[in-house]
Amino acid sequence: MESDFKLRAQGLTRDYAGTRAVDGVDIALAPGEILGLLGPNGAGKTTTLRMLAGTLAVTAGTVTLAGHDLAGEPQRAKQHLGYLPERPPVHPELTVDEYLGFCARLHAVPRRQRREAIAAARADCGLEDTGRRLIGHLSKGYQQRVGIAQAIVHRPDVVILDEPTAGLDPNQLRGIRELIARLSRAHSVIISSHILSEIQATAARVVIMHQGRIVMDEPLGETAAPVVEIALREAVTADSLTGLDGVAHATALDDHRWQLTPAPGCDIRAMIAETAAGRGWGLLELGAARYSLEERFAALTSRDAPPREAAA
Amino acid sequence: MSVMLAIARHEWSRLFVSPLAWMLLAITQLLTGLLFALSLTDLSLNPQRIGEYDGVSELVGAGLFRFATVVLLLVVPLLTMRAFAEERKSGSLELMLAAPVSPLALVLGKFAGTMGYLTVMWALIGLMPLSLLTATPLDVGLLAAGLLGLWLVMAAFTAVGVFISALTREPTLAAIGTLGALLLLWLIYALSTMDWQPVVLGTTLPLADAAEALSLIGHHDALLRGIFASADLLYFVIFTACFLALAAVRIDMERH
Repeated sequence: MESDFKLRAQGLTRDYAGTRAVDGVDIALAPGEILGLLGPNGAGKTTTLRMLAGTLAVTAGTVTLAGHDLAGEPQRAKQHLGYLPERPPVHPELTVDEYLGFCARLHAVPRRQRREAIAAARADCGLEDTGRRLIGHLSKGYQQRVGIAQAIVHRPDVVILDEPTAGLDPNQLRGIRELIARLSRAHSVIISSHILSEIQATAARVVIMHQGRIVMDEPLGETAAPVVEIALREAVTADSLTGLDGVAHATALDDHRWQLTPAPGCDIRAMIAETAAGRGWGLLELGAARYSLEERFAALTSRDAPPREAAA
Repeated sequence: MSVMLAIARHEWSRLFVSPLAWMLLAITQLLTGLLFALSLTDLSLNPQRIGEYDGVSELVGAGLFRFATVVLLLVVPLLTMRAFAEERKSGSLELMLAAPVSPLALVLGKFAGTMGYLTVMWALIGLMPLSLLTATPLDVGLLAAGLLGLWLVMAAFTAVGVFISALTREPTLAAIGTLGALLLLWLIYALSTMDWQPVVLGTTLPLADAAEALSLIGHHDALLRGIFASADLLYFVIFTACFLALAAVRIDMERH
């Protein structure tokens, strides 16, 4: 099971001078998957990504990259990692080719494959015609592309992109989106953003962070299990609902109506109907409500206490 | 190892595309060249002064190298501030920290790149007295010892600069801090020339001797006089290695 994941983080925690910025974050990334990390500003996204990239030490928790422990064998683990920080770490005084050449050497790409690796990274990022231009003379969108090219030049298993679309115009945005979609053919990608539409357009799975914790971790689109709303004739307790297999969270809407959030990947509708009939709860209504990501984001990140505390 | 060389090459090439490096090279050449020409003019006007010295090699060579050390005091901080402080400020240090590079390889790579540049400066300064070979016999051994000393001083200064650069994210702060530290090293030498022997609990403290043993300039001076002692050489090697190791420790702490 462990080896199925390209990246696995367990219990990531980070304290800054007594304040807990990230608290017990678990992330697993399957091969070829694009994971979108969403959250309001200050939710701990960048701190989490920096811990995953090994540029920030963890207070507690472990990170495993392609089977190598990041704390135990950092050099080996980082070999499988490409990282684009919030600010692209480019040297404006160098040309694109010089810079990518250095990045390839830094990641120990063998001399013979270097030229090819640089050409491939440039082709992937739409930088074919800019090899001999100074990075400082490129537009922001192109500098961002150079930043991404730097992260993939050594063909790592895992690519971490921290807000790769920040500050780009709509055309550049579309270009970067297409680029990220292309990357998923050969790499597992984690991309962070505070813009919902960005994540919806690119990611296959979305993780929402709020106040340093993960409040949602689900596949996007049609595969997402719907939230179920039920009305029962009999009064039941929240515990009897959350005690059911596959129910992550139950919220009382009024005395008889409940909203049930399924655990990731579970469709609980049939199970609820059968259980309600079996226990004589008197099921009056059962409806699946598909909430848009935006509604769920707002609901999950507007409350002060993360719902995880209320979950069974 | 190959990663270290990659970083060194990268530093080197980045230096040579920056106007700062060319400007520093030009100004250093101008200043040392002027001093060289002045000391030659002085010698031709007052040839009797040569008796006070150990020939042309010491009068022109050692004098030039001493002056070059003073210039280095100002040049090295401006070079080493780029090593870590500037990269940290611009965010490009993250690239190295996320790469499969050990902190020591990173520090050594930066040091080697800067030393590569300084070696060019060193060679240009060394060529000045050596050019006199066409006109007069020279004490090549004396000049060689002086040149070795100058190179070792460069390495020691750079190691201090790299360490201080690793401490901060403000390039100007790194430069001023390095300048202060190097001047402090200079002051220790001044202490050794003072006739001051404090008595504590009945024992005379060998302050002057201790200061001379610790002072970088004192060890350099021996080499300038043509005395090649392994103790002096070892002093520079240990001094440089210590500060580079400290810098590596600091970079390792970067993640915390």
